[in-house]
Amino acid sequence: MYRIASKKALNPTVTQMEIVSPLVAKKAKPGQFIILRVDEEGERIPLTVAGTDPEKGTVKIIFQIVGATTEKLNHKEEGEFIQDFVGPLGVATHTEGIKKVCIVGGGVGCAIAMPVAQEFHRLGAEVTSIIGFRNKDLLILEDEFRECSDRLVVMTDDGSYARHGNVTVPLKEMLEAGEKFDMIITIGPLIMMKFVTLTAKPFGVPVTVSMNPIMIDGTGMCGGCRLTLNRDGERITKFACVDGPDFNGYEVDFDEAMSRGRMYFDFERKAHEETCNLFKKA
Amino acid sequence: MALDPKKHEMPTQAPEVRAHNFNEVALGYTEEMAVAEAQRCLNCKNMPCVAGCPVNVNIPGFISRIKEKDYEGAILIISRTSTLPAVCGRVCPQETQCESKCTMGIKFEPVGIGRLERFVADWYNSQEEKPVLPIEPNGHRVAVVGSGPSGLTCAGDLARLGYKVTVFEALHTAGGVLVYGIPEFRLPKAIVAQEVETLKKNGVDIETNVVIGKTLTIDELFEMGYEAVFIGSGAGLPNFMNIPGESLKGVYSANEFLTRSNLMKAYRDNPVTPIMKGGKVAVVGGGNVAMDAARTALRLGAEKVYIVYRRSMDELPARREEVEHAMEEGIDFRLLNNPVEILGYNNPDDPRDPKNGFVTGMRCIRMELGEPDAKGRRRPVPIPGSEFTLDVDTVIMAIGTSPNPLIKNTTAGLEVNKHGGIIVNEAGLTSREGVYAGGDAVTGAATVISAMGAGKTAAKAIDEYLSKK
Repeated sequence: MYRIASKKALNPTVTQMEIVSPLVAKKAKPGQFIILRVDEEGERIPLTVAGTDPEKGTVKIIFQIVGATTEKLNHKEEGEFIQDFVGPLGVATHTEGIKKVCIVGGGVGCAIAMPVAQEFHRLGAEVTSIIGFRNKDLLILEDEFRECSDRLVVMTDDGSYARHGNVTVPLKEMLEAGEKFDMIITIGPLIMMKFVTLTAKPFGVPVTVSMNPIMIDGTGMCGGCRLTLNRDGERITKFACVDGPDFNGYEVDFDEAMSRGRMYFDFERKAHEETCNLFKKA
Repeated sequence: MALDPKKHEMPTQAPEVRAHNFNEVALGYTEEMAVAEAQRCLNCKNMPCVAGCPVNVNIPGFISRIKEKDYEGAILIISRTSTLPAVCGRVCPQETQCESKCTMGIKFEPVGIGRLERFVADWYNSQEEKPVLPIEPNGHRVAVVGSGPSGLTCAGDLARLGYKVTVFEALHTAGGVLVYGIPEFRLPKAIVAQEVETLKKNGVDIETNVVIGKTLTIDELFEMGYEAVFIGSGAGLPNFMNIPGESLKGVYSANEFLTRSNLMKAYRDNPVTPIMKGGKVAVVGGGNVAMDAARTALRLGAEKVYIVYRRSMDELPARREEVEHAMEEGIDFRLLNNPVEILGYNNPDDPRDPKNGFVTGMRCIRMELGEPDAKGRRRPVPIPGSEFTLDVDTVIMAIGTSPNPLIKNTTAGLEVNKHGGIIVNEAGLTSREGVYAGGDAVTGAATVISAMGAGKTAAKAIDEYLSKK
């Protein structure tokens, strides 16, 4: 059992928790993820590590309440316990040799992008961050990004806060103005990462994307998290849990990944509704 | 006394009943049946059966005790060499091991050794007051990576010798393939849990949610004070055929399909982990895992389940009993067939059609057997122009696995072969001092009992190594 050391709502649908797990806290690096189960009968869900405190032995997770399991997790309070917490899994984000980086985060993906931006800042790289949200109410982590970024652009889809538009708009402007990034790292919805990759392509800037497919064990056993890369005219199967979650954006078959991500859409929506009804009755 | 030429049948659930439930297929001997079957053992002096057992259980010894209705005596004999008798009695391929060597088998049917072992183990598990083995702690600590058959056996043997053993398990439940892979109807999870409990009583600690190679490395285990390490991390990533359509929705690896059903309990009503149920299912492959996947799909409510295998019945590698059970239950064996493409739904007028990307069928080609390959198995050759489409909406690939890279990538000096399997000597020692390995992590996908044999061999070698230190 793993204790919830702290809990904080970042916005109405996004919650931050610190979980006591000293071994994971000691090891986890930006870009890696954990798998948790809320209770004995629960499903295993992957969540990316949003930060660690090795001294306190805690691991920060930030999650959006999208399904039955995140709904149940959000009903747990500080001081309560979750059943299972395992990690750190996946390969950490590569930082070597990158002096000038652009981090593009979307929605709750910004929770994952933040520790990556912080890591580059700590390593002395020049960090540009572009973070986008559907609207002002869903904005998270603006102050944290401001602290670790040399330049920060905040976007909202509906213009209710900061600049109006998609994250690709300022990215394109910067690239057209001759900005030379060593790497663009984008974390968020698949459709956003696909368009960030397409935006960067004419300028020849390398793009790293963080994939978040359906997973079960997360340790390289089940193969459910597989995705296809197009490399040198060949289609290669990779497993996000052990080969990723970071991949070269130019190689990822985004359309296939989006299709696979919707495999259990109906099941998940129904399960979430049922869980919400349970909590309403209680 | 006249000897019964035939093995006593073990009662099973009727095929038409069991095809719709996840309860155990084979029901086990009653006491009368067990004693009667035990009488068939000739108690040969040279004990050929013992040589056929990878863990060398004293088979005539425990069967003699059954004849005398001394079941406690029987379990104590089995426990001297086997850690998981209730598991072995159920999933070992006895017909190619102990029972294949049985003297009775020369003229008649061999003694039902597996069924008798199962009877004794189940008797033990049903006792409230269990006989315990006396253990003298020797002060040495050993770490075991993975709680599957090889790891549990290695841990059990070392614990008996007085070692303080900690087993590190990546998943949330101990048992490895016994809980995520082998289905409930063939090996009830309560049985595995009982075997694990017995180990804990013998002083073995089990730490779940620790991924060696990630949470901790092999080197860190030594820093923590463990004096030897056994790696039994099991088979790894599932293989796919690399044919078009394998990423469509409705294509599973057998590992994923079985893990969803077994470990995550997707077979229950209202599961929290989803799985595709019903419809028409094709399972590609001919091993025990393929049989497990096919029979699981059937029990999940499939209207039709095919086994698609590129060779013929003679080459089918699954245990005979599993194949027979599958056939009785109505699994349709499409032998000498090989998939060439998986077809998916695609509505050209509506890219948002929710059916898009789901499996609609599988193109296969008929095969014939050609010349024998290096292993002596006749090589299947496609018959030109014989393609056809099998109408299915789920495809399960059960064509083996490749070793997991997590430990290899984080352990300097640990040598692996070209397939990624850890290289060991005959005692299970790897290229690193004090590090031993066994089971699928070494051999690639194999059987529960061969993994147990490897765990046992390594336990012996670890004991010799640490006794000298």
